[in-house]
Amino acid sequence: MVESLIEIGKLIFSVSFILTVITASTPLLIAGAGELVAERSGVLNLGVEGMMIMGAACGFAGAYTSGSIVIGAVCGVLAGAACSAIFAALTLGLAVNQVAAGLALTIFGTGLSGLIGRGFVGARISPAPKLDLPVLTGLPGIGQIFFGQDAFVYASIALIVGIWYFLYRTRAGLVLRAVGDNHASAYALGYRVLRIRLLAVLFGGACAGLAGAFLPLAYTPFFIPGMTAGRGWIAVALVVFASWKPGRLVGGAYLFGAVTFLQLSVQALGLGIPPQLMSSLPYLATIAVLVLISSKRGTAGLAAPASLGLVFVPDR
Amino acid sequence: MQDASQLGNPARTQPILSAVGVSKRYGDFLANDRIDLDLYPAEIHALLGENGAGKSTLVKIMYGLIQPSAGELRWKGQGIVLHGPSQARELGIAMVFQHFSLFESLTVAENVALGLPAKESLAAIAARSADTSRRYGLPLDPKREVWRLSVGERQRIEIVRALMQDPKLLILDEPTAVLTPQEADQLFAVLERLKQEGRAILYISHKLDEVKRLCDTATILRGGKKVATCDPRRETAASLARMMVGSEIGEVKAVNERGVLQSRLVIAHLSLEPGDPHGMRLADLSLAVQGGEIVGIAGVAGNGQDELFSALSGERLSDVGDAIIINGNPVGRLGVTERRRAGAAFVPEERLGHGTAPRMKLSENALLTGHAASGMVKRGFVDRPATLAVVDRATEKFDVRKGKRDPEAASLSGGNLQKFVVGREILREPGVLVASQPTWGVDAGAASTIRQALIDLAARGSAILVISQDLDELIEIADRIAVMFHGTLSAPLVTGNVTKETLGLLMGGAGRDVLSGAKSAGGEQKHAAGA
Amino acid sequence: MQLVLEKRPERSAFAAVVSPLIAISLSLMSMAAMFAAMGKNPITSLGVYFLDPLTDSYSLGELVVKATPLVMIGIGLSFCYIANIWNIGAEGQFLIGAVAGSWLAVRTNGTSVGPWVLPVMLFLGALGGALYALIPALCKIRFGASEILTSLMLVYIANYGMDYLVRGPWRDPHGLNFPTTADFDPVATVPILVPGSRVHAGALIALVVVGLGAVLLGRTIMGFEIRLLGAAPRAARFSGFDPDKLVIFTFAVSGALAGLAGIIEVAGPVGHLQPDFSPGYGFTAIIAAFLGRLNPVGVLIAGLFLALTFIGGENAEIAIKLPLDLTKVFQGVLLFYVLACDSLIAYRVRLLRTQHGREFAHG
Repeated sequence: MVESLIEIGKLIFSVSFILTVITASTPLLIAGAGELVAERSGVLNLGVEGMMIMGAACGFAGAYTSGSIVIGAVCGVLAGAACSAIFAALTLGLAVNQVAAGLALTIFGTGLSGLIGRGFVGARISPAPKLDLPVLTGLPGIGQIFFGQDAFVYASIALIVGIWYFLYRTRAGLVLRAVGDNHASAYALGYRVLRIRLLAVLFGGACAGLAGAFLPLAYTPFFIPGMTAGRGWIAVALVVFASWKPGRLVGGAYLFGAVTFLQLSVQALGLGIPPQLMSSLPYLATIAVLVLISSKRGTAGLAAPASLGLVFVPDR
Repeated sequence: MQDASQLGNPARTQPILSAVGVSKRYGDFLANDRIDLDLYPAEIHALLGENGAGKSTLVKIMYGLIQPSAGELRWKGQGIVLHGPSQARELGIAMVFQHFSLFESLTVAENVALGLPAKESLAAIAARSADTSRRYGLPLDPKREVWRLSVGERQRIEIVRALMQDPKLLILDEPTAVLTPQEADQLFAVLERLKQEGRAILYISHKLDEVKRLCDTATILRGGKKVATCDPRRETAASLARMMVGSEIGEVKAVNERGVLQSRLVIAHLSLEPGDPHGMRLADLSLAVQGGEIVGIAGVAGNGQDELFSALSGERLSDVGDAIIINGNPVGRLGVTERRRAGAAFVPEERLGHGTAPRMKLSENALLTGHAASGMVKRGFVDRPATLAVVDRATEKFDVRKGKRDPEAASLSGGNLQKFVVGREILREPGVLVASQPTWGVDAGAASTIRQALIDLAARGSAILVISQDLDELIEIADRIAVMFHGTLSAPLVTGNVTKETLGLLMGGAGRDVLSGAKSAGGEQKHAAGA
Repeated sequence: MQLVLEKRPERSAFAAVVSPLIAISLSLMSMAAMFAAMGKNPITSLGVYFLDPLTDSYSLGELVVKATPLVMIGIGLSFCYIANIWNIGAEGQFLIGAVAGSWLAVRTNGTSVGPWVLPVMLFLGALGGALYALIPALCKIRFGASEILTSLMLVYIANYGMDYLVRGPWRDPHGLNFPTTADFDPVATVPILVPGSRVHAGALIALVVVGLGAVLLGRTIMGFEIRLLGAAPRAARFSGFDPDKLVIFTFAVSGALAGLAGIIEVAGPVGHLQPDFSPGYGFTAIIAAFLGRLNPVGVLIAGLFLALTFIGGENAEIAIKLPLDLTKVFQGVLLFYVLACDSLIAYRVRLLRTQHGREFAHG
């Protein structure tokens, strides 16, 4: 028993731990970032899981048929954005309840991705290449961590930094936050609420698609139906956990990366814990995280954009 | 204060903005009917009329929010068409609405910036707004989030936003509705200053004594038409009221003699933590309302009235059962349904969404408060005919105008829905009635019906508590008035013995020592020092 | 020119009846387009999907068999959704109900116990589902945690839990290592109603649920509470109703119905507990709830229609080599159209001529 603990300890402070955390958290970070922007504008899009799995299916299909990872990624992004466009048409154009529309999108996306992806099950591609700089990548430890990742990982970091800058340092970001705070006031001041929300939702969809494409293009070099395994939902939970702040999203995503690491290493160590329990870890962790961060006294309630999920139909 | 027109104000040669024959039609309904209005620089022009007279519509046309169906606007003599508020702003028209367009989680500076075009940087706007607010005596901290500010402070943001556009015409819609009398005085000082600077001001109000104090000219609208343009200083409040309202609305008849009945509603040392972080803490409130009397609670919005109403209705529970006693029953720890069973009835401030479910039928809304003790529920099943009977009786007794027998609540006009909401409670003949803002946003006819109904209910022996921002209303119907400020309640004062000034001081938080300090020598000194 | 929404002064009763029909028609047209895109004849494919199952009596029986769980779960979900309480975890409650009831079946398997076993199994199933549903309910009440996310996470957990039991402690020792329990004894099996088909007594239970649901929602004060909570939460508080109690009630009821459906499915058509006995009834029931406009009788019709799509999908796979995933796609598309058409009930769509930019409004 003590030996096992020492083994676990050694693993935690190892390079492989950090690398696993980074790769496992990347899709959560990308999808979460997109959803964060959408929710900051006041739209709750629960279809992230559907958009992600569509991004995975179309991304793999694109990469396999064209032979290019870049084209695959673009296909994933477009698929996610197209799905979110359907969602936008319903919720922004027809004032449909956002929760119901998000569920519909997930069901639809899951089904359609199965249809698109079934022809590609079993196919393999060469995964996205990792960065290889002359001296830097070779450095022990930090070389691989900082200079040896694939493009998706760097994109995820750039995305978070970019979103932070956009929200807090630009006028457009201020307007987006205002729309999420009070869409009636924004409308009265002349801002085009629906248009701003549409752009935010499309951005969220594009991110979800990219995050989904990461899975068959970089994480594992093949496609399985349902390979997102609920990551889209976890991303939505992470936005709540992050209190809608980009910086905290990184922390949350890395936390889940650590959970993934725990899953893998416990299995490797063969500690006799039922594999189903380990597989349940991310989902248990999500519940734990939601319970911890939310509270009746409203720390989460305070942080949430006040018009989140509310229908906006201007009086004429 | 000099009357500009008497001095032969040189600026009064040409109006800065004129409405010429402006009409606005919505289907069959004529909101504005061929209205002529001239606004001159260096003049404060009042627009008077009761709720529903067409003031808001006219002003929205002048700000470019709505297009007129007929007639035109002229700016400095030239005909113009305003396609939107941004165009109005470019010309130099600024407007301060009654409902603010603010963002609670953002700072003052960010809120000001969002109200202005995107040409300046945020830092420049913050600096300019600090400068403007200082210059006009409207103190604001640019870094504070709006949710921390009082209503009066929030209005300052709107005014600063308007002033930063260097307007030639400033329109204000019912600005003193949410201010204490003292804050209103501060506002008037700002408006005087703006007038001295040569700007034109259009001041919408239904408060006659304010208009008489502040305004050079008044235009009165009634039923969509312009009734008169006059000098309010030459008119009496009564003549202005008659022009506003037309026929004599029956004066509310108060009952003077009441035997002393027992206290039917007792609030005893009620303290309550706020339900959410932005709320107001209630601190040691005590008040007793006797059968047969109406007690008013005055105060500017945001001083704990919502929290008090929730505590009284039972939407929020107290730890102490005796904190609230209804008809002799300690109900502090009991919920709304039990309180209704003890003989209480409640009318909340918001009729749509709180007092009624807007998309449900009136009969279901009757069930909403009636299920507790009115025989509408038998062994868990709803007696639909009984609910419809309540709708019919309320319609008949309180003159509720509606399209069909049992329409959705949202399809009624404000006044009619409010008559229904008050009516369904009064039909239960409650021993205690608590009403919050009972005539807010309601036309004069409906307001009069409601106020008379309250007085009649009191005459039948009920105890009535009215929470209202409208001092005039309270003075009209309440026997005693207490003032709420920052979650505390002053001792109630007999209406006949108190002045609006005293009430205004209490509403603003000052003057408490005026009441309590008279007894001790130290108090007298304080009083003398402050006088 | 701009397409804008205008709130109707009153909700349109006509639109309420017509909207699901329009939604179904639009979905059928979209399906036809998809068939054509996949190189199949749209008309014949639609026939295989939607008409063939209605032609022979065995298929009709299968229709009832598949509709039974959908209707039961769907009615429970509609209770929740009317009150704007989003129970997405019905699939998990379905599985846990199956597990809870199966426990007794496995315990008493091979022994000679009396017919009391089946009713107790059903009771345990409902109880298990209800308790499992209370987890997200309590998280919501106590911690303000989103019930959407918690109930959904519990689906994954329930799946893994059942997987563990069926591969481990409950595995049939004589079952050649297949991950399944032993077949349930006859006394622990739901009786067949119509000989020659798989239609079982669960169908009757489903009908009873429809009736009880309709009465509860339409005529009782409890039903009014639920409707009021969804329509105007602040008014519901003012009315004296405790929203927390309603969260508990609706979750418990929908969990119990889902759990009951789960054990009936396992003890009826399936006959034993195995990992993937559910083709996602818990999720399809969400669609049934919306398609049925959150009304018990509507959910009954919607459940039958969706069962038709399941069977049609199976038929189409065999007859014209259409992938089974198409059924899921159809269900998703159907839900889109249902939601879109529903908005016509509260809003009117109008083409607006704008002059140099839009009309503003201010409150």
